[in-house]
Amino acid sequence: MTVLRNRKTSLIMALILLSILFPFIIRNNYFIHIMTISYIWMIAVYGLNLLAGYTGYLSLAHAGFFAIGAYSLGLLTVKAGINFWLALLLACIITGIIGFLIGIIALRTREHFFAIYTLCVGYIIYLVIDKWDGLTEGVRGLIGIPAPANLGPLSFQSAESQYFLVLFFLLLSIFIMYRIVYSLTGRTYLAIRNSEDLALTIGISTMKNKLVSFILSTVFAGLAGALYAGFVRFIGPDIAYINITFDLLIYLLIGGIGTLSGPVAGTLLIVWLSQYLQFLQDYRMLVFGPLLAFLIIFYPRGLAGIFHELQQKRRAKKEMAGGNGVRSRAELDVNVKENATGNEQVREGS
Amino acid sequence: MEVLVQQLFNGLTIGSIYSLVALGLTLVYGILHIPNFAHGALYMMGGYITYTMMSVAGVHYWIAIFVSVIVVGLLGVLMERLVFHPLREAPPIHDKIAAIGVLLFLESLAQLIWGADYQSMPSPYGQVVSLFGLTVTLQRILIIVAAVLAMILLTLFLKKTFTGATIIAMSQDREGAHLVGINTRRVAMLTFMISGGLAAIAASLSSPINLVFPGMGHLVILKAFVIIILGGMGSIPGAILGGYILGFSESLGATYISNDYKDIIAFVLLVIILTVKPTGLFARGGHG
Amino acid sequence: MFLETRGLTRKFGGLVAVNQVDFAVEKGKVNAIIGPNGAGKTTFFNLISGFHPPTSGQVIFKGKDITGLPPDQVARFGIARTFQTTHLFEHSTVLDNVIIGHRLRTKSNLWDSVFRTARHKREERECREKAMEVLDFVGLTDVADKLVAGITQEEKKRAAFALALATDPEVVFLDEPAAGVNPDETDGLSELIRKMVSQGITVCLIEHKMQMVMNLADKIMVLNFGEKIAEGTPEEIMNNEDVIRAYLGGNAIA
Repeated sequence: MTVLRNRKTSLIMALILLSILFPFIIRNNYFIHIMTISYIWMIAVYGLNLLAGYTGYLSLAHAGFFAIGAYSLGLLTVKAGINFWLALLLACIITGIIGFLIGIIALRTREHFFAIYTLCVGYIIYLVIDKWDGLTEGVRGLIGIPAPANLGPLSFQSAESQYFLVLFFLLLSIFIMYRIVYSLTGRTYLAIRNSEDLALTIGISTMKNKLVSFILSTVFAGLAGALYAGFVRFIGPDIAYINITFDLLIYLLIGGIGTLSGPVAGTLLIVWLSQYLQFLQDYRMLVFGPLLAFLIIFYPRGLAGIFHELQQKRRAKKEMAGGNGVRSRAELDVNVKENATGNEQVREGS
Repeated sequence: MEVLVQQLFNGLTIGSIYSLVALGLTLVYGILHIPNFAHGALYMMGGYITYTMMSVAGVHYWIAIFVSVIVVGLLGVLMERLVFHPLREAPPIHDKIAAIGVLLFLESLAQLIWGADYQSMPSPYGQVVSLFGLTVTLQRILIIVAAVLAMILLTLFLKKTFTGATIIAMSQDREGAHLVGINTRRVAMLTFMISGGLAAIAASLSSPINLVFPGMGHLVILKAFVIIILGGMGSIPGAILGGYILGFSESLGATYISNDYKDIIAFVLLVIILTVKPTGLFARGGHG
Repeated sequence: MFLETRGLTRKFGGLVAVNQVDFAVEKGKVNAIIGPNGAGKTTFFNLISGFHPPTSGQVIFKGKDITGLPPDQVARFGIARTFQTTHLFEHSTVLDNVIIGHRLRTKSNLWDSVFRTARHKREERECREKAMEVLDFVGLTDVADKLVAGITQEEKKRAAFALALATDPEVVFLDEPAAGVNPDETDGLSELIRKMVSQGITVCLIEHKMQMVMNLADKIMVLNFGEKIAEGTPEEIMNNEDVIRAYLGGNAIA
């Protein structure tokens, strides 16, 4: 067990080191730019993952929260002339507050209703940004968003420095996610995802926990949006559109929903694949759409799930060979049937 | 006054389209408990196929619609077989994601085949007629008549035929239907067929007054969801009534509130409904 | 009085699922509720555990009115329950499933989780220890690290008991604890229920297996069409005319 953990830790350390060295190895501003954008998406995907993957609520409004973060930062810096860093903080807070207000209502609904509700909320956010010219400049978009202001001796003008800034926030996000997932709070979310009725009977205040998870999830999206605004320095209503939510969902699903490594793996793979399939740009969904359906049917936990399964099989084989105990096949097989039978109990007679 | 009557008529037109789309959505929900996010893509495909049959194959509007109904219906069946059937035991989050995958695929496919441009569909019923002092195009009257006719036929089919009765039975009690020997697989396929067909009719009827483009299903499907939550998920009369209610609120809202924000009415309506009643209006009890 | 219901009633639309039920759960005993299918037994549980607010009537626990409280608050009072199907998470281990059972006795929040405060460390340890303790109690120590998908139906039932016990309950409501397990295993579960009572935990159960109920229960209530038609010791119930009529009359014909 410890050997395994050590190997895992060293792998993670190597990956972090690699991400730090990346701009020095790849001395190409364009690639650094693409990498920075991927990191921004990853932060948003982690937000979606916390809610959909760990708490079991599929939000289709996350592009909306991404846009709220982006527009908060954009408007605060451009129109109110507030310092970038303060605006970044405020953008996260504003997204969180709006997340709270929407969550407190949305989370009263379950399953399909929640998905449809958030789909509509996302559309309302898009429509408001698109139509409210006076505030958001509407379809013209918001231009001239300043780059991150200098922090003492640190300046964020160059591609490398922005890369490191975003990397810092990504690592922070992953660290927070990691701490949450492996904690009593994370266990609480998983219990809710597994069965809300069961969670309630063992005394978990599901509403309070779902709300915290929802808010945190929107703050991640808002942070990503704000970083995006400061990085791309131009934003339009398009970033609130449902297609962005679908993109995030694809990154998450392909990487592995409900896993910690999924958002990184999925986003990296798809963003870079899209780069090499530039000619496909408009039609990439011809590939990704069916891939999404295929994965959810056969590999619902994406790349991370496939990797995990292979690892378990190898371990099982080793144990078999070593002859210490027989692990039942059922243990390895993923059996989703029980899950699907759902929460029929409490509805007797309703 | 005249503006009001004109707007009521418009409401009736839009409402007819909404009702048809919502009907297909609610049927599928009733049988399989899947909120089919790809339904809007079926609607879009319906528009394109009718358009192509007319402009490329040069057939008459009605024949084009007929072909479109068959093709989109089969597309629906294919979707059920390939995607939803394998997922019937999976956690509820999965079928929604799969439906989104199908939606993205179909939209991209449409863009590949027909391009991203807006196409206008010619209609043989473009002439303007005067009706009870209103000036309207024949196409709009056709939309209302054809939609109502389709709804009547569907109701008759569900109520009067054995096959229709199996659909109703299954939507009320899936396990029970299976126990009394109803072939649930066949019913599921049939329901998807009807659902796709209805979407194709709706798109073919509305396209001459709107336009055909890859994203044409977006707003329609969102609104159809609002409608079936309004009317009760799985309820057939609810979908029809809800469609017209939304049609009227939109056309009146566009005139008396703001044309810019008319598309938001449906969503504000939904937000209010689900805020007050998280399980939707008329949540279905055990007795259907 | 330990836990009692007074005139507890629940209507669904026009249907009266539970009608004016007065019942006292006796402390330190095995209380049982029996009745034909659809008699309102599970609904009665749902009313006590807070899943449905009653249409009228009261639930009193140790002198406190807990009527209409949400399930999570009811649980915190020391009232636990299990479901007919266990609802356990198949893809994680038995231990991981049970650890969360003690969560309601902890106070760690998001902050504690992210910053790994001393409180979080202590409470996480407590949850784990509690889980091991109740798994030992129900006899599942050996399978603690197995995935739930890989254990037997009877073991799942025991795991569900363990989860309920991890909440530190004073009374446990068991909804058909022996459904879907074979006769030998049923005896094992009866044994476990007796063990729970011997540890001072009050039990109230719904069960269809008559032999099990008659052997186990100290007190039985019979529900039929939502109404209480009899209450008493197993002997009294077995000889009660109304009960015989409800069971034979209703079910023999159907």
